[in-house]
Amino acid sequence: MSTTIQFEQVRKDYGKNTVISNLNLVIKPGELFTLLGPSGCGKTTLLRMIAGFHSIDGGSISFDEQSINDIPAHKRNIGMVFQNYAIFPHMTVYNNVKYGLKNRKISKEEMINRLDDIIETVKITEYKDRLPNRLSGGQQQRVALARAIVIHPKVLLMDEPLSNLDAKLRIDMRRAISEIQKSIDITTVYVTHDQEEALAISDRIAVMKDGFIQQVGYPDTIYLRPFNTFVATFIGHSNLFQGAIEKENGVTYVRVTKDYRVAIDTLINEVQDKQNVMIAIRPEEFALSEKQEGIRATVKHRNFLGKYINYELILEDGQSIEFTQDTNLRNRFLEVGGVVYLEAITEKINVYTADGEKSLISGVTRYVE
Amino acid sequence: MLNKLKKQLDFWNLTTITLIVFFAVFLIYPLGALLLGSFQGNDGSFTLEHFQTFFEKKYYYQSLMHSFAVTICVTILAIAIGVPLAYLMSTLKIRGKGIIEILIIISVLSPPFIGAYSWILLLGRSGVVSKFFMEHFDITVPSIYGFGGILLVFTLKLFPYIYLYVSGALKKMDSSLMEAAESLGVTGIKKMTTLVLPLVLPTVLAGAMLVFMNSLADFGTPMLIGEGYSTMPVLIYSEFISEVGGNAHFAAALSTIMILITTIIFIAQKYVVNKKSYEMSSLRPIQPVKATGIKNFFAHLFIYVIVGLAIIPQVTVIYTSFLKTRGAMFIEGFTLDSYKRVLERMGDSILNTYVYGIIALVIIIILGMLISYASVRRKNFFTSFIDTIAMFPYIVPGSVLGITLLLAFNKSPLLLSGTASILIISFIIRRLPYTMRSSAAIIYQLSPSMEEASISLGYSPMRTFINVTARLMMPGVLAGALLSWITVINELSSSIILFTGNTRTMSVAIYSEVIRASYGTAAALSTILTVTTVVSLLIFFRMTGSKEVSL
Repeated sequence: MSTTIQFEQVRKDYGKNTVISNLNLVIKPGELFTLLGPSGCGKTTLLRMIAGFHSIDGGSISFDEQSINDIPAHKRNIGMVFQNYAIFPHMTVYNNVKYGLKNRKISKEEMINRLDDIIETVKITEYKDRLPNRLSGGQQQRVALARAIVIHPKVLLMDEPLSNLDAKLRIDMRRAISEIQKSIDITTVYVTHDQEEALAISDRIAVMKDGFIQQVGYPDTIYLRPFNTFVATFIGHSNLFQGAIEKENGVTYVRVTKDYRVAIDTLINEVQDKQNVMIAIRPEEFALSEKQEGIRATVKHRNFLGKYINYELILEDGQSIEFTQDTNLRNRFLEVGGVVYLEAITEKINVYTADGEKSLISGVTRYVE
Repeated sequence: MLNKLKKQLDFWNLTTITLIVFFAVFLIYPLGALLLGSFQGNDGSFTLEHFQTFFEKKYYYQSLMHSFAVTICVTILAIAIGVPLAYLMSTLKIRGKGIIEILIIISVLSPPFIGAYSWILLLGRSGVVSKFFMEHFDITVPSIYGFGGILLVFTLKLFPYIYLYVSGALKKMDSSLMEAAESLGVTGIKKMTTLVLPLVLPTVLAGAMLVFMNSLADFGTPMLIGEGYSTMPVLIYSEFISEVGGNAHFAAALSTIMILITTIIFIAQKYVVNKKSYEMSSLRPIQPVKATGIKNFFAHLFIYVIVGLAIIPQVTVIYTSFLKTRGAMFIEGFTLDSYKRVLERMGDSILNTYVYGIIALVIIIILGMLISYASVRRKNFFTSFIDTIAMFPYIVPGSVLGITLLLAFNKSPLLLSGTASILIISFIIRRLPYTMRSSAAIIYQLSPSMEEASISLGYSPMRTFINVTARLMMPGVLAGALLSWITVINELSSSIILFTGNTRTMSVAIYSEVIRASYGTAAALSTILTVTTVVSLLIFFRMTGSKEVSL
């Protein structure tokens, strides 16, 4: 049975600075849970607090309701995969994987079985007798993973494990990690600053900034229904507009620009007429208007990216926005200097309070269990 | 409460406490006692009379002048030889480069007084070369004794420091820097002065400091070849040991002056190097090219002459160790008599050197690893303090350290004078910095996550240190330990003060044989010492697979 990790009122201080405060979170058994955020947001600090390499300066972290605050790192029974792999260079691949098992009271027979199993699972059989300096980054990563999970830890921690790999290998390893994690059903905390990686691999994601959790949710909720404008702009790109609510004859509109408003029925009931709001629309959430209605914009720049085309457009008030168009032979390319009209795909757009702190879409919460 | 105390007393905290006690007893207390002693009259009252005497009597302050004259000239000469040598060896293809490098390392790692003594054999009053010129051409070779001789011996012995340091820096210089200069039209001498020299300057200064400290602190060379040209270490020694009733307080005052000078120089050098040092890493090191014509000829000539001169003492010593002797004279014919006599009369000194040396080395390695780890990875006030205090002997001249230990431990409860322990302690204190420094350097290169991986796999911090960190530190530790070991077995300036009949070491025995003009046995013993040095070097090369020694 895998482990539940519970954070209650967790605090971390560096000298006089409090870098994490009042953090509450429950990570469910068997879940692959990602801490995502820009550098300095506290995600690695939090991970290292679970590992025991950083002290917990307030509140508590528990595994299955047992506090780990006072358990030293080497007795926490965690498996950790490091950004630079941290493979012991003086041991062969096999001995690296065996290192943690040697320290446990298990029979020789079981040890060998477990080793064979894991080496098979992570596909490193053919180089198990090599020294690590002759392995590629991806191979070292597999060894690190094997070494961490062969000890049957309560929790697996991964600190930006893929950031030193090249793009193609990263995608392969992403799948491998995900498969192995599911097959052994181990609660995993995964740290990354790469949003695409987080969306692809996670069961749930916590987006962090400045030591605070901005939103916890499934990858699709995080992307489609960001809780605030930080999440909306950090995960993918969102064009932000300062607008207002207009209520007429029982219909609610969102005014996006001076000349353009859309009827919307996804908002919470509490919104007021004339309330100022922040609107977030992703570059792919626009459609070109055939009828010359919508937001009028001039094409400033065109970037052909293969799968899609990215345009930089200038609105009449001077605001610059992004718009993407699928690459499709039927689509006409927009010419630089040309004028276009854009309409928003209303069910996709997100509306926030004027300060951008809270979503006004009904059903969107900061925490999704 | 008890639990909290137990938590505080983990492995590293206990280690820190133990180390502080060790250094408090064997370094801070003796040095403190020395410092206080230098302000004490013979009746124990406070006085400045020793310092006053020193600066009033020409006989005394002259030694300080001499020391400065020698060290400054030696440092300049060593730079003048070492820098061009390093530049030529790194940029040009030189025949026999491998052997030349080994010879340079051997000459720097051999005890300095062997140099003095073999130059006496060659150019001294009854030296081979002097006699040859006298008998065949009736020419009197200029006297080797005094300032000139000291200068010759020190320069040839110490220029390798500059060479090794600067070569190291040139290896780190990417050849694209040179190419960039050339593409901008800067070549030859101009390239050297505007690009190469400024970049290696901090390294030259670091090497120069080593040369300066070594020549300032060396006791054997001026004692043997100085003949009345007295330098500070000689003065300290003779004031302390003096047959007409040595004056310990006066010697203490002299030592205090020495420590003050070395400290100032050390701090000044640190300041300059910190302000003007560059981080360089080279993907494509400078490739030596083949020079042609006259340039090639002079480059080779320069290198061969310098290295030839540097290695002459070793060759002389080995050669003469096989000569027949009558009294102080070498006579025709080869024999192993000198070796036989050494084994009969001085076998104990050989055994002592190895036994004390190995005990000291083991302790140095353990302390070096613990201190460097604690000061890098467990940085706090106390570990930084230990780090600083342990490095201090680096700048304390050997004879001064010898005196401090002797004065501090010549009465109960810590009556150590005359024992082997006091020699071993002086070896440890004095030569620990080499191992510490290179151990610390390698820890900086190890990723902390290596240790964290081991801890997360269930090994306690102590077991992690033993299983992982210590193993990975080995290359750096060994490089430092090699230097510690070689300088321990060659140690003279503190041993000469601390030894007694039963505890004399090889270097002490060589020194006293030379003083007694028993050159045959001195040569045989020196040869044994040199062979030990070379064998240690070869074992080190084999163990680490490297071909370099970092000083």
